[in-house]
Amino acid sequence: MSAVMITRKVRKWEKLPGKNTFCCDGRVMMARQKGVFYLTLFLIIGTCSLFFAFECPYLAVNLSPAIPVFAALLFLFVMAMLLRTSFSDPGVLPRALPEEATFIEMEIEAANGNVPAGQRPPPRIRNVQINNQIVKLKYCYTCKIFRPPRASHCSICDNCVDRFDHHCPWVGNCVGKRNYRYFYLFTLSLSLLTIYIFTFDIVHVVMRSVDSGFLNTLKETPGTVLEVLVCFFTLWSVVGLTGFHTYLISLNQTTNEDIKGSWSGKNRVQNPYSHKNIIKNCCEVLCGPAYPSVLDRRGLMQEDSPASETSPPSSSSMNSVPQTTHAMLCLQKTTAPLIPNEHTPDDVKPSIADSAEKTPSPKEEESPAPKLPPLASPETDAETSIIKDKAH
Amino acid sequence: GAETFHNLQELRHSASLANKVFIQRDYSEGTTCKFQTKFPSELESRIERTLFEDTVKTLNNYYAEAEKIGGQSYLEGCLACATAYLIFLCMETRYEKVLKKIAKYIQEQNEKIYAPRGLLITDPIERGMRVVSFECHAAISPIHWSQKYKFKDV
Repeated sequence: MSAVMITRKVRKWEKLPGKNTFCCDGRVMMARQKGVFYLTLFLIIGTCSLFFAFECPYLAVNLSPAIPVFAALLFLFVMAMLLRTSFSDPGVLPRALPEEATFIEMEIEAANGNVPAGQRPPPRIRNVQINNQIVKLKYCYTCKIFRPPRASHCSICDNCVDRFDHHCPWVGNCVGKRNYRYFYLFTLSLSLLTIYIFTFDIVHVVMRSVDSGFLNTLKETPGTVLEVLVCFFTLWSVVGLTGFHTYLISLNQTTNEDIKGSWSGKNRVQNPYSHKNIIKNCCEVLCGPAYPSVLDRRGLMQEDSPASETSPPSSSSMNSVPQTTHAMLCLQKTTAPLIPNEHTPDDVKPSIADSAEKTPSPKEEESPAPKLPPLASPETDAETSIIKDKAH
Repeated sequence: GAETFHNLQELRHSASLANKVFIQRDYSEGTTCKFQTKFPSELESRIERTLFEDTVKTLNNYYAEAEKIGGQSYLEGCLACATAYLIFLCMETRYEKVLKKIAKYIQEQNEKIYAPRGLLITDPIERGMRVVSFECHAAISPIHWSQKYKFKDV
């Protein structure tokens, strides 16, 4: 009696390691915790709906019909950028296959020579020279690769991401090489949208108050009050964030490098990736080529497997983790746990938020930004607890 | 049919036991995709140095073309931005076009140069653009090679 092998078409995304969730049969790729992302969607769509319902009829008639039209276009652009940032592969580097991992291990052992028993082997670092600066490439124990320059391991998603910027809970994804420009355009367009709605809210209230009086206006359009509140708080954070990222782009730096202070200070290496020219840096980051995803998510696995009962990891667990309280205040930037601490992502997760406050004024809740627990890697100890104030 | 498939399974199994050489990335010019042209000693007996270097240099040129930041990439970027990047749903990016050229080039090189010498190059995109892997096999009949490629095309 021969066993019947049912060949089920398994796509590669179903077997990818890491803590991502996939939707639409691998077309959409996000982080596991999406609660804050839904909040972002709710805030944007909610506020804009109120704007279209309360302000636009009045303004279209009394000022100009172009106002709602432009608002609609801006809103659509913001949504497109948000979804693009959230749903795309940030630049995840696939883990090394066993042969490659073995090959690298052999190279490391050859380079280290004979380590006397009882002594710890030297840290796995490869030095490369980039534009006449020595850059250290660190070995990732989880992915079993030497991370390319500017890549970093995101402990939330458990992936190495190329040109890792930060993990953003607001968009529910990492921000890396492939989606940084969408993220930047999202924050930029959202700033414009917020300013636009805020301005026209004020204009609307003023115009109506002239006719009916201030209190009556508020009674007639209660939505306006809500919008103004949301916009006021959003303005400070999003505009500040856009300013911060504009600064980073002009220097061709990532948030991760900025937090770790990789290129600052006298004894440090100068940024070898910067073209020393603001325009060139901006062009490279924003107008560079659209990098392809190296994760072949929708490719078919080339093996027969008996029909497996494992359901694809496309369902999300919507548990709000303690880190969402940090998310309410500021953007979460995780410094990837460097060697050799990558095997304990779950323990460190709740306190892993390196909340560098980028905004001068607090949002709804007020609580001090926590210090990051010291990571095993000695060189990042000091840097991870630095809270930078980069308000612009 | 089933027999062909069985042969290919065998080949793939033998491939995983075969000797593999990994050509690493060359980061001397930054994060642009470029592979080291240093000839590895493991391949000395298998292939001529000049052929190896030609292959890697041509690959490097292709990647440089894909990642070039100039007039065409600006145009593509601005046009895409103006359409809120929706244009990428129907249009192929320049990088993707070059990747297709690279895949074709590698297949060509494998068929003409490497397979007859018992070697096989894997497209770097299958390894996250980290390495170009060269697999060394014992001599296998050409018929099996062409069968393997037909499967790879699919």
